[in-house]
Amino acid sequence: MPSVKINKKSTDTDMTPFVDIAFLILSFFIMATKFKPPEPVQITIPNSVSSQDLPENDAVMVTIDSTNRAFFTVLSAKDKSVFDQIIQNVNTSRNLGLTTAEMANFRKTPTVGVPFQELKSLLDLAPEDQAKVTMKGIPISDTNANELIWWIGAAKKAYVDAQRPLKWLIKGDGNSKYPAFEATIAALKKNDEYKYNLVTSLENAPTGTELEKAQRAGKPLPK
Amino acid sequence: MASIDTSGGDSHKKGPGVKKAKKLSTRVDMTPMVDLGFLLITFFIFTATMSTPKAMDLRMPKDVDDPKKQNEAKESGALTIMLGKGNQVYYYEGQLKVDVGMNNFKQTTFKGIRDIIINKRKEVMSRYVTDPECEAKAKADGKPEGYCRDKDFVVIIKPDQDATYKNTVDILDEMTINGVRTYAMVKILPQEYDLIKATEQSGGNK
Repeated sequence: MPSVKINKKSTDTDMTPFVDIAFLILSFFIMATKFKPPEPVQITIPNSVSSQDLPENDAVMVTIDSTNRAFFTVLSAKDKSVFDQIIQNVNTSRNLGLTTAEMANFRKTPTVGVPFQELKSLLDLAPEDQAKVTMKGIPISDTNANELIWWIGAAKKAYVDAQRPLKWLIKGDGNSKYPAFEATIAALKKNDEYKYNLVTSLENAPTGTELEKAQRAGKPLPK
Repeated sequence: MASIDTSGGDSHKKGPGVKKAKKLSTRVDMTPMVDLGFLLITFFIFTATMSTPKAMDLRMPKDVDDPKKQNEAKESGALTIMLGKGNQVYYYEGQLKVDVGMNNFKQTTFKGIRDIIINKRKEVMSRYVTDPECEAKAKADGKPEGYCRDKDFVVIIKPDQDATYKNTVDILDEMTINGVRTYAMVKILPQEYDLIKATEQSGGNK
């Protein structure tokens, strides 16, 4: 009796296209990823319809977190010498008596959020230890002792000396209160700076509004 | 791993005693590679910051102490918006009047303020009397037609100390959305702040 032979089919699937797709997606993500710079605090930025790109170099950012603490960050990845200039300016204008080593450490300090009295002890720490310190925030609430004025003044002077334009960024948490923002503006105004960039994330213009119509027509609204 | 050996039971074909050279498959098992690929994808998805933050312009005027030198807004074209606690918006048109029957201090929300801005702008534009000086300047600067129609329209923004930063950005955004060209951010007056406090208490708005 002839036995019926069932044709055995291979269960082997060809994985090659699968690998192709996987690596295609992988390469997309590698290229699209930009690693977040270390941040002292988590900030939830508000939305706006503005689509302007954020300057990444030659900018000074004032961060306000949800508990109204202010932080001062210098964004200058290309030219580290401005860090030295700024800390030197602060050191001389406020008579902080920082050592050369402490001033050199400022280059590696991601962000400053302490009053001037505590700056020395902050700069004594290694950058990785600085991240563990809970910073009080730069005092801004008192109009007469707004320390942000000195920081901004020092940054402005460093950039004026280097003859380079400097942009002012304000990155506020959506839940921070208005007075903190007002104090930041006041500190900038004291240094004769009147144009700022607020850091926001993009949202679409609501339908039926002037802006939406203008965007659809491809013309910006007159200023 | 991904394949099941299907070659079993064929070895007797060549007869006994015939040694068969072992055939090695040229197929490479791709499964570990896929595993690794997807592992990396997952890693990059989690670390990716997809929405890059954007910058919003803000220009502030210089502080002028002398009241005579300050820019004056035409009363008829002014809309004052105040921001209070709990995302509440208060507004009045022109000069603040608090007398009974004349009260123009009103309360709304961020949803309602857009219509108020749009309506006020329309109202100001409808009252426009041709201003040859402005028209000529607009033409020379290449501005679109009707540019001068809302030149008297001014929005004054006064966030109080309970307003959040989000409220402030939202109202500034509202200016961009509705094409308001002239607006200013000013410190709130004590009288206005008291009115907001009073409204909060009586209206049960916490």
